[in-house]
Amino acid sequence: MSDITLNAATAAPEAAPRTPPASQIGLLAWVRANLFSGWLSTLVTLALAYLILRWVVGFVEWGIINAVWSVPNSQTQACRDMKGIGACWAVVTEKHRFILFGTYPYEEHWRPALCILLFIGLYIVSAMRRFWRSGLAFLWAGVLAVIGVLMWGGVLGLPYVPQERWGGLVITLILATFGLAFAFPLAILVALGRRSKLPAIKAICVLYVELIRGVPLISLLFMASVMFPLFLPEGMNIDKLLRAQIAIILFAGAYLAEVVRGGLQALPKGQYEAADALGLNYWQKTGFIILPQALRLVIPPLVNTFIGFFKDTSLVLIIGIFDLLTAGKTAIIEPAWQGFGIEVYITVGAIYFVFCFAMSKYSQGLEAELNRHRRR
Amino acid sequence: MSDAAIDPRSLRAPPKRPIRLSWSDERVRAIVWQALVVGIIGFIVWWLWSNTAHNLEVRRIATGFGFLGREAGLPIAEHVIDYSPTDTYFRALLVGFLNTLKVAVIGILLATILGTLIGIARLSRNWLLAKLAAVYVEVIRDLPLLLQLLFWYAILQGLPGPRQAIHPAAGVYLSNRGLKLPWIEWQDAHSYALLTFLVGTLFTWLYRRAAVAQQMQDGQPRKVWPVALGLMLALPIAVWWAAGAPWAVDWPELRGFNFRGGLTVSPEYFALLLGLVLYTAGFIAEIVRAGILAVPQGQWEAAQALGLHAGQVLRQIVLPQALRVIVPPMTSQYLNITKNSSLAVAIGYQDIVSIANTTLNQTGQAIEGIAIIMLVYLSISLSISLFMNWYNARIALVER
Repeated sequence: MSDITLNAATAAPEAAPRTPPASQIGLLAWVRANLFSGWLSTLVTLALAYLILRWVVGFVEWGIINAVWSVPNSQTQACRDMKGIGACWAVVTEKHRFILFGTYPYEEHWRPALCILLFIGLYIVSAMRRFWRSGLAFLWAGVLAVIGVLMWGGVLGLPYVPQERWGGLVITLILATFGLAFAFPLAILVALGRRSKLPAIKAICVLYVELIRGVPLISLLFMASVMFPLFLPEGMNIDKLLRAQIAIILFAGAYLAEVVRGGLQALPKGQYEAADALGLNYWQKTGFIILPQALRLVIPPLVNTFIGFFKDTSLVLIIGIFDLLTAGKTAIIEPAWQGFGIEVYITVGAIYFVFCFAMSKYSQGLEAELNRHRRR
Repeated sequence: MSDAAIDPRSLRAPPKRPIRLSWSDERVRAIVWQALVVGIIGFIVWWLWSNTAHNLEVRRIATGFGFLGREAGLPIAEHVIDYSPTDTYFRALLVGFLNTLKVAVIGILLATILGTLIGIARLSRNWLLAKLAAVYVEVIRDLPLLLQLLFWYAILQGLPGPRQAIHPAAGVYLSNRGLKLPWIEWQDAHSYALLTFLVGTLFTWLYRRAAVAQQMQDGQPRKVWPVALGLMLALPIAVWWAAGAPWAVDWPELRGFNFRGGLTVSPEYFALLLGLVLYTAGFIAEIVRAGILAVPQGQWEAAQALGLHAGQVLRQIVLPQALRVIVPPMTSQYLNITKNSSLAVAIGYQDIVSIANTTLNQTGQAIEGIAIIMLVYLSISLSISLFMNWYNARIALVER
């Protein structure tokens, strides 16, 4: 007790708070603490800075300063002269329509372009939490129907375009979006089935999930392209894109089912018991109590699975479907443009990156937002 | 008296009711639903099966694996075991299987090392290093693997020809024909030394176990590294020395338009391995980072308070705890590398998928070809799963 009073009595008259010494705050202190905190750290910083600088300078020289941006009528000699010194972006300027739209009739290119915008709009609307209600499902159905009409045509004065002529980015978006729209309900059913008490249903779901997850997507795509025609009765045939789409749905369904199952398992048992106690039947319990909570728990891993799945649609290249990557690869088959693969792949990669990066940032933001109530 | 002998738990169990044939009986509903689902799926399978059988008959395709014994006539550039186009399809598929294993095993090793380094780099106190690792992870994970493979393959194909090969060190040539490395001419002495090394590793491991057991008894730490050095390094060298110390290096040389001698890494294999390792390392880095972050800060502090130095803290306190978080997701990454190695078909590396695909195109045996692919991957996946589950159980926290 005396200590306190003594200290209070002898304390210096109130001094203005002093700023810490310059070596503790500010840019210089930050640089010292984070870049040059020891000899090892200094060495690493210098070595990395040198490498990054060299790489950036090299890339700017190759990609911008020495680059060839356009050539007259596919005369690629200017590009060939700069090979290894400068990039040939002329291949992208020349072929960008082909990479984006494939062999779709040239004067009708506005249709796939509009579809791409519709897809992007659909993603943005679905990403906003204020639209997370049952109406969203109808919106999806409506937009997907409009996209179908736009792509095929044949009505409303739009000329008919057969599916063989579709290509490019729009195919990638179609495969990913339709795949998602069908795989997600399938995944929920399979996840519920895997947690079911009915042994036969459980066994079927386990078999499906483990079988699909144990084999590469390529083998499923091969199956769709070479075995599917054997499965159907004679005379009945479905086109290649739809077959690949079915393979992708089956593949994504198995992976998404495991994510959904994680959510079902993470839900406290009391929720199931309380729903039972209210006298709800199985579908009421699942639809009103379990799924809304379980799905909310797994939204971030679901988005990560979507990213993986968006990237995986590029595998249809192997069975010759004309998606974005195939279009890029085909663009450089022409002898005049051979050997400029790197430029095309960088461009195609940038398109994939924009989509995946947006999804990944969105998933991180959502995770933080959904976990806000848990943080104290 | 007799009341006390009844197990009280049995009183809570509902009495057994006989099944009533009524929709309100839960058990009847369960049986009906299951019968319905099994019936529908059974019908679909039967329908597909009968269509397939009919189609095969119409197209006169013989089923069965008889084609495996026929001459394959398909050239394979890279083979671990002896192979020529006159060999059977079975041997061709075996070569493909070994090629898959070759890329998967080496890919898993390299991706684990690189991924761990990048994961630790992301946690570095050096801002530049941490940011660089973060950018790497973000970029590599947001690009399709197939695109990356095609990109690396395009770069390797764009390299100069053998005459202008990039020549960074003696005996190392990088050209559009692949990577050329010097390699020792393998002789018996090397095999003996390798064998000694393996036996030495086994004995070092046994010694370490014994040393740990002894430490548990008397608390005295025993140094393992001198024994390890002796058994794993000195002894193999001694054996190699005793066998005559043969040392002939096979240098790659430019003869005409291509290289002769040395070890060749083909552009296809190199691009596939590079793509797989760089891609998967991005995922492994995140797993490693999450695992290390999952160890509470207090564990570091407590270990330092006990007087352990940094290396000991990491090795004996943090890593064993981090591994429990790391191993399960790492298993799925290993499975992913194996499954993703099937993308080899896009850049012309002849793995099992590529060879099975050629086989089914040549013979028309689509069902058998795809069945073989699936069987191979299912068995590889199952083996990796079993091994990793065993390892996971071994390092798992033993709770009371």
